[in-house]
Amino acid sequence: MVRLVIQRILSSIVTLALLTVFVFFAVELLPGDTCTAYLGRDAKGDRLETCRENMGLNRPAVERFADWASGAVVGDFGVSPYRNKPVSEIVGWRMRNTVVLALSASLFGIPLAILFGIIAGIRRDKPVDMALSSISILAMTVPEFVSATLLILIFSISLGWTSGVVTAPADAPILVLLGSTILPTVALALVFAAHILRMVRSSVIDIMESEYVAMARLKGLPFYWILWRHVLPNSLLPAINVIGLTVAWLLGGVVVVESVFNFPGLGRLSVDAVADRDLPLTQCIVLILATGYIGTNLLTDLASLVLNPRLRTFRG
Amino acid sequence: MTAGTAPLVPRRRFLPVWFRDVLARPSGAIGLAIIVIHLAIALLAPLIVPYDSAAQDSKAMFADPSWQHWLGGDHLGRDVLTRTLMGGREAILVSTMATAVAVLWGGLFGIFLAFAGRFVDEAAMRMVDAMLAIPWILFVMLFVAGLGTGIGVLIPILGISYGLSIVRVVRAAALDVVTRDFIQAARARGERRSVVIVHEMLPNVLDTLAVQAAMTWSWMLLGFSSLSFLGFGATPPTPDWGLMIADARSAMMVSPWPALAPMVALSSLIIGINLLSDGLAKALGVDRMTKSAV
Repeated sequence: MVRLVIQRILSSIVTLALLTVFVFFAVELLPGDTCTAYLGRDAKGDRLETCRENMGLNRPAVERFADWASGAVVGDFGVSPYRNKPVSEIVGWRMRNTVVLALSASLFGIPLAILFGIIAGIRRDKPVDMALSSISILAMTVPEFVSATLLILIFSISLGWTSGVVTAPADAPILVLLGSTILPTVALALVFAAHILRMVRSSVIDIMESEYVAMARLKGLPFYWILWRHVLPNSLLPAINVIGLTVAWLLGGVVVVESVFNFPGLGRLSVDAVADRDLPLTQCIVLILATGYIGTNLLTDLASLVLNPRLRTFRG
Repeated sequence: MTAGTAPLVPRRRFLPVWFRDVLARPSGAIGLAIIVIHLAIALLAPLIVPYDSAAQDSKAMFADPSWQHWLGGDHLGRDVLTRTLMGGREAILVSTMATAVAVLWGGLFGIFLAFAGRFVDEAAMRMVDAMLAIPWILFVMLFVAGLGTGIGVLIPILGISYGLSIVRVVRAAALDVVTRDFIQAARARGERRSVVIVHEMLPNVLDTLAVQAAMTWSWMLLGFSSLSFLGFGATPPTPDWGLMIADARSAMMVSPWPALAPMVALSSLIIGINLLSDGLAKALGVDRMTKSAV
């Protein structure tokens, strides 16, 4: 057990290290560098030289990688040439905001998805299940920017319940931020909640047909007791794995959803950074979000190891 | 492949069995119909649209649907119906070509890894895992930040990025095949590795690859449209669904039509492709559940 956990943690660290190498050298191998991206492809002469001098681009790539990677460990991602500020300073508050958004989407979406997944599973092929399944398939297939825009059209413009864009500044207190985060939360939760719902539904269907549930029924246990004792715990395990996988979607979805709602987070910042051809900032955001993905996957893997004794005997 | 109960002497038929099997399922038939309609519109759009997609008419600005403009006019007074019919052309072109790139490199590399020694396989899969940790949209944006945008950049980058998950899936399928006797036999005959890959391996992972291709196509369409929406895909005078939705968003209070029409068009095509890949997966007996998330 301990060995498995250590193995899992080590392999995450290896992935993280490779990721860092990739994010740095992908940009390195492209034609041009941070300065030509910032000043324009045809820039030459003094301005380019000064910029390269300031950014330290005249040193060998390996040396700069060592600098960049060791800086990244302590949260120093260099200076953005476009914004003329340390990247860590630009990112700071926005990272908190994205964490707030992702957490509220998870806390809102995951329990609802599990609940509705169980309902759909025990009412298989009944109208409730048909409705829930169609809605979740729609939510999975329709692009996030379409569903987010539809949410604005319905709840903000037609019904006038809440504001369609977030006006809170990046450093607003969390409560102020949360007040205007309802629609982005729903938009973000839709897609991954739909995935979890489908997964829970199919595992509930399997479990309901299992022998231990049949046995419990024959014993005459009340239906809700069977649900609570047998169905719920067993359907949560696959859900945990899907949560880990759909986090990738959530972190990518952050980019689109934040842009639609003008939410002051990392996702929208990344769009601005790419539009400005601000390479150090883009690299930093990519690294942060990908690290978030690796971290969540590690956590969900460890959680399923702890919760599911059957996995503990597997190797690797 | 599931052929059902075939008669002893099969009659020659025009369509292959697997294709008829896809058509026999509601999801396959409906999905294919939607796709065919969309492709026909995309091909014929320049011939059938009532207006020039760039023509601005101040009288039609935010016009409600009428007999002149069936779906109204947008913020510049351009005909929404025209632009919606034209709006899929670039997206379909880019997503199809990028899917071809992804399937080609993902499929071949995946098969190659199943053959390669343990060290190469392990190292490559580690790298693939690390790259898959980057949400696809940021993966593409990292390159757009360095290279700028445009079809010439987006097709290869989208192809490479979506090919990564194909590598994983195809490698897993190929690892299943590689231990079988006929592969051993081909190697024992002294066939070259490329021959074994193309003649022995490829036909056996083709089912998996076909389902992956269909799914990738829908993600690709979603991906390109999202990039257009963010301003990194199609460039402004081109009518494109993602771009149209982005443009129309700020004026939805005045008129929802310029946003709704491309939304319906884009979503229906993506749903159509998803239905088809569902039908294809069932007809070929490939389980798509496990690969749904990344």
